Amino acid sequence: MSVEDKISYKELVLNGIVKENTIFKLALSLCPAIAVTSSLRNGVLMGVAVLFVQVMVNMTISLMRNFIHPRIRLPIFMLVISGWVTVTDMTMAAFAPDAYKQMGLYIQLIVAFASILARAEMFASKNNVVPSMFDGLGMGLGFLFALTVISFFRELLGKGAIWGMPIIDAKPLLIMVLPAGGFFAVGILMGLFNWLDRKYLAKATSSHH
Amino acid sequence: MQTDFVKLFELIVSASLINNFVFTRFLGLCIFFGVSKKMETAVGMSITFTSVMMISAGISWFIYNYVMIPLDITFLKIIIFIGVVATFVQASDTIMRKVSPDLYYKLGIYLALISTNCIILAVPLINAGEKYTFLESIAFGFGSGIGFALALIIMASIRERLELADVPEPFRGLPIAFVVTGLIALAFTGFSGLITI
Repeated sequence: MSVEDKISYKELVLNGIVKENTIFKLALSLCPAIAVTSSLRNGVLMGVAVLFVQVMVNMTISLMRNFIHPRIRLPIFMLVISGWVTVTDMTMAAFAPDAYKQMGLYIQLIVAFASILARAEMFASKNNVVPSMFDGLGMGLGFLFALTVISFFRELLGKGAIWGMPIIDAKPLLIMVLPAGGFFAVGILMGLFNWLDRKYLAKATSSHH
Repeated sequence: MQTDFVKLFELIVSASLINNFVFTRFLGLCIFFGVSKKMETAVGMSITFTSVMMISAGISWFIYNYVMIPLDITFLKIIIFIGVVATFVQASDTIMRKVSPDLYYKLGIYLALISTNCIILAVPLINAGEKYTFLESIAFGFGSGIGFALALIIMASIRERLELADVPEPFRGLPIAFVVTGLIALAFTGFSGLITI
């Protein structure tokens, strides 16, 4: 396990949030990023659900990695993922029924997230439990961060509110809570992050080396 | 019989235009942005998608109503549906390679991409949630497939032109594709209220 010595846990977490941010960088798992982000509350709930599934899947796969035959690993991964998604799904239905009514389908569809399967395949099946947990934490936090930013802007502009509390008195831009607004928000934020990336990160790395 | 047919037709129109999977339900976006760069791939994907969707909707309906409900295991629907879809896709991949290599050469790679797509999984889940009959399930699968095909082909034809446009540098590629999709979605909101079921 020579890889583990070199990579610190902090780097693992930061990697998921900044360098390989699921939504802004890899452009994976986009469906819920637009579907549930019309209010901050739903966005954060969805982000937490994904964070939980990602961490639990990574830990389970990592514990099982020596017992899984490489040939049938993908079906096994899918089984583990859908098991944890079912757990999340039923928990949400029991404890947050109102939110579940609006976003139940998208919770169930976490199972088809490319990013979760990818981390299981690329990281958890090759590493120990603790690094896998931190990797899952990083990826999940990155997703949560992206959803929070998107839903913050959409709710602020579309309803003039944050977390259900009205802030702006002016007439809101209704388009931002419509489906079309979701695409605009993600597109513009992606462009913004690209721009920031070029301006600051590129400069910082070139001056370091 | 007459009303049945009307209801099926309404279901197809509503699934393809009003509740279009891409523009109002936001499903299948990864594939939508992935394969809409070229018209040829978009058409191939659309054909494969619609047929897989219809057949898997039918199979899942049988399993849901004749296996899962009698055994009272509907809470396992996520696990079972993903198994059914993945098995079916794998099986049709193998059969197509043996029976018609030509078709496999053209459409095989799309088939491999489909297996973990969220729309394919969403159709059986929605069918089960809404308690559709067998014919309605098939119609819903067909309508969703047509809707997805429509979205892909519109997007592909726009993106082919977008390549020549002068886009600000940070927005090249995906970000501008998102903004364009937003504009199409805005146009699709015009369909809302066309039919109420």
